[in-house]
Amino acid sequence: MSNTVDNGKRRFLTTAASVVVGGAGAAAVAVPFVTSMLPSAKAQAAGAAVEADISKLEVGQQMTIEWRGKPVWIIRRSTETIENLASLDSLLVDPGSSVTSQQPEYCKNDTRSIRDEVIVLVGVCTHLGCSPTYRPELAPEDLGPKWKGGFYCPCHGSRFDLAGRVYAGVPAPTNLVVPPYYFQGDNRLVIGEDAQGAA
Amino acid sequence: MFSSLMGWVDARFPATKMWEDHLSKYYAPKNFNFWYFFGSLAMLVLVLQIVTGIFLTMNYKPDAALAFASVEYIMRDVNWGWLIRYLHSTGASAFFIVIYLHMFRGILYGSYKKPRELVWIFGMCLYMALMAEAFMGYLLPWGQMSFWGAQVIINLFGSVPFIGPDIALWIRGDFVVADATLNRFFAFHVIAVPLVILGLVVAHIIALHEVGSNNPDGVEIKKNKDKNGIPLDGIPFHPYYSVKDIVGVVVFLFIFALIIFYAPEFGGWFLEKDNFIPADALKTPEHIVPLWYFTPFYAILRAVPSVAGSAFAGVAAMGAAQVFLFLLPWLDRSPVKSTRYRGPIWKIALTLFIISFIVLGYLGTQPSADTTLLVNNTILARIFSVIYFAFFILMPFYTSIDKDKAVPDRVTMK
Repeated sequence: MSNTVDNGKRRFLTTAASVVVGGAGAAAVAVPFVTSMLPSAKAQAAGAAVEADISKLEVGQQMTIEWRGKPVWIIRRSTETIENLASLDSLLVDPGSSVTSQQPEYCKNDTRSIRDEVIVLVGVCTHLGCSPTYRPELAPEDLGPKWKGGFYCPCHGSRFDLAGRVYAGVPAPTNLVVPPYYFQGDNRLVIGEDAQGAA
Repeated sequence: MFSSLMGWVDARFPATKMWEDHLSKYYAPKNFNFWYFFGSLAMLVLVLQIVTGIFLTMNYKPDAALAFASVEYIMRDVNWGWLIRYLHSTGASAFFIVIYLHMFRGILYGSYKKPRELVWIFGMCLYMALMAEAFMGYLLPWGQMSFWGAQVIINLFGSVPFIGPDIALWIRGDFVVADATLNRFFAFHVIAVPLVILGLVVAHIIALHEVGSNNPDGVEIKKNKDKNGIPLDGIPFHPYYSVKDIVGVVVFLFIFALIIFYAPEFGGWFLEKDNFIPADALKTPEHIVPLWYFTPFYAILRAVPSVAGSAFAGVAAMGAAQVFLFLLPWLDRSPVKSTRYRGPIWKIALTLFIISFIVLGYLGTQPSADTTLLVNNTILARIFSVIYFAFFILMPFYTSIDKDKAVPDRVTMK
């Protein structure tokens, strides 16, 4: 009986046990190191809402403010611009703003805004995070005769219209993000919060 | 006296054995040509980067508020700081020039083929590590190109379905590229990745010296040995090739010094103009491009449109462009190693591949909406991306049917 011990099986069991226990230990030790690279408590706290005064913003003008380290654009659109938006629908990927993560519920409309004339957008391309350039002019030479104003990303050539909606056939997959915001009176904007409170 | 000292050491550490195995009795084929300078030159540049890097860390500050100014401080106020910095920044581009020529040599003479598959795999891992090293190093001056380049590359990871945004957040350590990102890239650039590179260099050379060097004829010199077991077509690496490599080193350093002293930025190719502007999170430079050594892959990234609402297709194509290089030893079915004895289809395919790599590299530096070469840049990038991938995907077929020539038994001295 004592001569029939299966040494191969024993060796396999001791090896397997060592690998499993050692592996579990290594994985447990890796947790604090891997987790230490996530945003620290300080970085997480720095996400407060910001305010903007738009009383001096003229028609066609763009202003940029910083929110959570990202540029947020506020643009006062002309009536002509707003009327042009619908004519672009056939060239766009998501003209009806159906991707819910790209705007709050109250901006899921034809102009992607609370007030038709004021558009608020996070100025970060949905492709790889560059900040697109504001190109309000009609049919400039480099962007072609169909251009009715919008944003052009210099990094990879993505195009968006003046509601931040992405054109088809460019690298960016989705529309520009509309941040949560609300108006306090006529000329004061609070960005980073819904009217009900923090987003 | 010296021999007794060496005897004492050798009884405790294989110093003489290592010297003989890797240098004085490592038999390399006697027909090495111009293309065989670049392995040792890569080692030289690695040492140069490590030494200049150590001295740069003595004055550099890895802090988003201080980094840009500390680089300017090195350039203006530190004694010889400008030289050390330019050696390091130009050395990065020199490293890639040398590595690309070294890799081309491997493809030209079939050095990735059996039994050198692991030499090639370790080499490809080195190339990946080098790209990571260069990318993270480029963030450190905290200029506009540093910042936006990092923003774009980290967001590549963000486009991976489902887990992407969390990975990007983990890499940045903040919701945007910020101080936390700079600080950790510094840690990776000066400690983690250099250690990996050194380890891989050792593995690359041990694997090479185990199987022996290939040569421009692609014949195995170990098949013909004299009565002492020494390859008939082999000569000891030292002194024959150590002396030959010194010639290469002199020529290289001559060109390198010319660039360092007269054109360290190389017209914006080695140090981009926008990187002399401090990082600004609110404004992307008008024309953002990575440094030249990434541009072929950058052009492939830009050429692919978004698929089903995700930018992942372009990222996957860029990754595949690298993965195919890893697979080269198994995609190439020809029994012949060297291009000298391979058929016309291989020669045409290789030529097209090199042209596509260079054209993609050029297109990656140009605005994608413009037309700089007859056709719109995006269209052109798509055409040449297809050629790039066709070289690999069709390789098992065209290398099987190609009419290879007879390979000589011994090396020739052409």
